[in-house]
Amino acid sequence: MISPFSPVESRAHEWPAFSKLLALCALSTGLFFTDNVTVLFAAFACTALVYGIAGPAFLRTALVTLRTLLPVVALVTIWHGATGDPRGGAVIILRMITLVVWASAFTMTTRLGEMVELVRSCAKPFERIGFPVGSLGLAIPLTIRFIPVFIARTRSMDEAWRARSESRRKWRLFLPLLLAAMDDADDVAEAIRARGGTNP
Amino acid sequence: MERNIAQISLFAALIAALGLMPPLMMGFGVPISAQSMGVMIAGTILGARKGAAAAALLLLLVAIGLPMMSGGRGGLGVFVSPTGGFALGFPFAAWVTGKVVETLPLKPVGLAAAIGSVLGGVVTLYAFGIVGMSIVLDKTLAEALALSIVFLPGDFVKAGVVGVIAQSLARVYPQALPWCDSNTRISRL
Repeated sequence: MISPFSPVESRAHEWPAFSKLLALCALSTGLFFTDNVTVLFAAFACTALVYGIAGPAFLRTALVTLRTLLPVVALVTIWHGATGDPRGGAVIILRMITLVVWASAFTMTTRLGEMVELVRSCAKPFERIGFPVGSLGLAIPLTIRFIPVFIARTRSMDEAWRARSESRRKWRLFLPLLLAAMDDADDVAEAIRARGGTNP
Repeated sequence: MERNIAQISLFAALIAALGLMPPLMMGFGVPISAQSMGVMIAGTILGARKGAAAAALLLLLVAIGLPMMSGGRGGLGVFVSPTGGFALGFPFAAWVTGKVVETLPLKPVGLAAAIGSVLGGVVTLYAFGIVGMSIVLDKTLAEALALSIVFLPGDFVKAGVVGVIAQSLARVYPQALPWCDSNTRISRL
């Protein structure tokens, strides 16, 4: 799987996650308060510069994230080219790219463990109104564990299907996949209960 | 309790797995990802509350950096991108889908599931998606709708597929749909 985590350690990894998140929210909101191309370009240029200094591995991860925005950039360029408002188009594109790059910078420089801690402490106040914070520690790894299971199962069902039929109605695989997932859920629930339940 | 956690986690995994599979290409090069179909299915089978919880759990994992949105996207960047509104709309889409199938006493079951999927997985999801897109791209709501309209036919097809799946599910495994029969609902409680 492609990971949005940074391949290299940086100084930003040491900064506390909560402060980074606050700064990200403040800066991102700020971007919406200006329509000035120069200001937005400066923000974008500074970001690009920081990424350049951080090294090629960092830059490459950022470019992978930005690749998914390419169709939108093309669309906005055509739209604003056609309506004769290139300035407005530049504002939108610069703002969009900078927003996404900043957000991915936070993701890249914050370790998964810190992130889970952050979620835990942010969810703590909701515990009183019945939000099961404790069960997150069970639900998160369960979900991560079962994604490759489902992908592998779909692949083997697809192979079995292709070996036996020329029909290409792939969505038919969805029903057996779903039935197997529901059986898995029952098995997992039983296994958790056998080990003392969610609150041992 | 254990059963709820297991179902919510596994359906979150199912929505993620559907998003990571290669998208189908519909005519004129529009990619159709199965991910939002997973959201509709979660609402249909788990009901409003648990379905929304499964979708929210997936968003939490995306937010902490796991690449689980369709096309392998992940991290906070997903939520500020032009399609971020669609991502944030997932739990609401699952909730509305579940609420519709739970409250509308429609027969056959497949029809209820398809209508629920249209109201939740299409109408509700697009409401969030279009607002998000209009903010990020600085367009009016009508313009944002025009930009996403090529994906609408595919989403209606997905709702139809969910209806067909629910209909077969009611035949082969009716316990999976507790809302479709009052007797099974009582026995499950």
